[in-house]
Amino acid sequence: MTEQSGLPRPQGLPAARPGLDRTRGRVVSESGTDWAGLLIEVRDRQDRAAFAALFRHFAPRVKGFLMKSGAGAALAEECAQDVMATLWQKAHLFDPARASVSTWVYTIARNKRIDALRKARRAEPEELDWGPEPEPDQAEAMEAQEETERLGRALARLPEKQRSLIEQAFYGELSHSEIAAETGLPLGTIKSRIRLALDKLRHHMT
Amino acid sequence: MTIKHHLPDRLLMAYAAGQLPEAFSLLVATHVSLCDECRARLGAFEAVGGALIDGIDAIDIGEAALDAVLARLDELPQATRAEPLRAAGILPAPLADYVGGDLSAVRWQRIGGGVRQAILPTARDASARLLYIPAGMAVPDHGHRGLELTLVLQGAFADANDRFDRGDVEIADETLEHMPVALAGEDCICLAATDAPLRFRGLLPRLAQSLFRI
Repeated sequence: MTEQSGLPRPQGLPAARPGLDRTRGRVVSESGTDWAGLLIEVRDRQDRAAFAALFRHFAPRVKGFLMKSGAGAALAEECAQDVMATLWQKAHLFDPARASVSTWVYTIARNKRIDALRKARRAEPEELDWGPEPEPDQAEAMEAQEETERLGRALARLPEKQRSLIEQAFYGELSHSEIAAETGLPLGTIKSRIRLALDKLRHHMT
Repeated sequence: MTIKHHLPDRLLMAYAAGQLPEAFSLLVATHVSLCDECRARLGAFEAVGGALIDGIDAIDIGEAALDAVLARLDELPQATRAEPLRAAGILPAPLADYVGGDLSAVRWQRIGGGVRQAILPTARDASARLLYIPAGMAVPDHGHRGLELTLVLQGAFADANDRFDRGDVEIADETLEHMPVALAGEDCICLAATDAPLRFRGLLPRLAQSLFRI
């Protein structure tokens, strides 16, 4: 399998690869992989091995997401490839202090769904760039990933009916007027963390 | 700039889930461009999507698909650092994108009383338009069917309950009979999105309504 792509599959954790991160110790989340670190490799060094690792993990999930949203297998696979190509192209816009890689991949997949399945246009907010130099620190990046994982556990613990409503909303089975915002999920802490990251960003931009 | 009137959670969640009509998406994206508070709340709802992606049943995609994408990467220019997509004028970037420029590019139609509007090209399940209301003038009296959102871009207006400045969003539905008045000082420019046609009181405005699709 791996041989076909002509790329080495990263052995173990990316932290084990020399020269990846010379100044900071890597913190790895419970899922065992520092996805943000891999995406930063893609962003800063056009690292294809890191891209391949991201692809193997996320492309099948994006395909699953699009199929749950009503796409057939062939279209879902084609769109999943496009989503991963967009991840490569737009890696410079990824801000690990504000979103986990899963969340960022979700937003690209969602936009692809609107574009390809609903054939509609969608307005996006202005991008916030990182400004002259601030690199979010490793701890912030890990926090975003851990928070998404905590959210996943909280989602799994919700009563079936409630979880199903949230899933239906995100898979596109509810209209906007049917969506109720009471998720029962701990979103306040996530909002506060993102707010802090934004304040820091604004501080650097001015 | 302190924004006092924010987007309600259900709209942010519907936007995060990708379920809003295009006209409402435009208004949400424009407000979020101006409001860090709602940007952070939107980020929290998008994290729900991230958690779903984490927990979803992965469907095998095969190494051939990876090879196909790897082969494409060479032709995909990878921008290194973004030039911030920040608009320099009155209209935030997502709105400037629909207008084709800043305020000077808006093609206004007069709808009486000095009030002007410009309907923006969106899918027809909801409509979006810019409104220009001279300072001190009232927006024509109208009731609503469905949901109407009004985002202030320049100047300010007040309804019976509150005052709305740049970045503020007024939410109106069937229950609100309102008569917003542009405040003295600066002409007021708003983005309004609605999922039902407005009905105006009185014959003349109703004629105007059928002529101008408001």
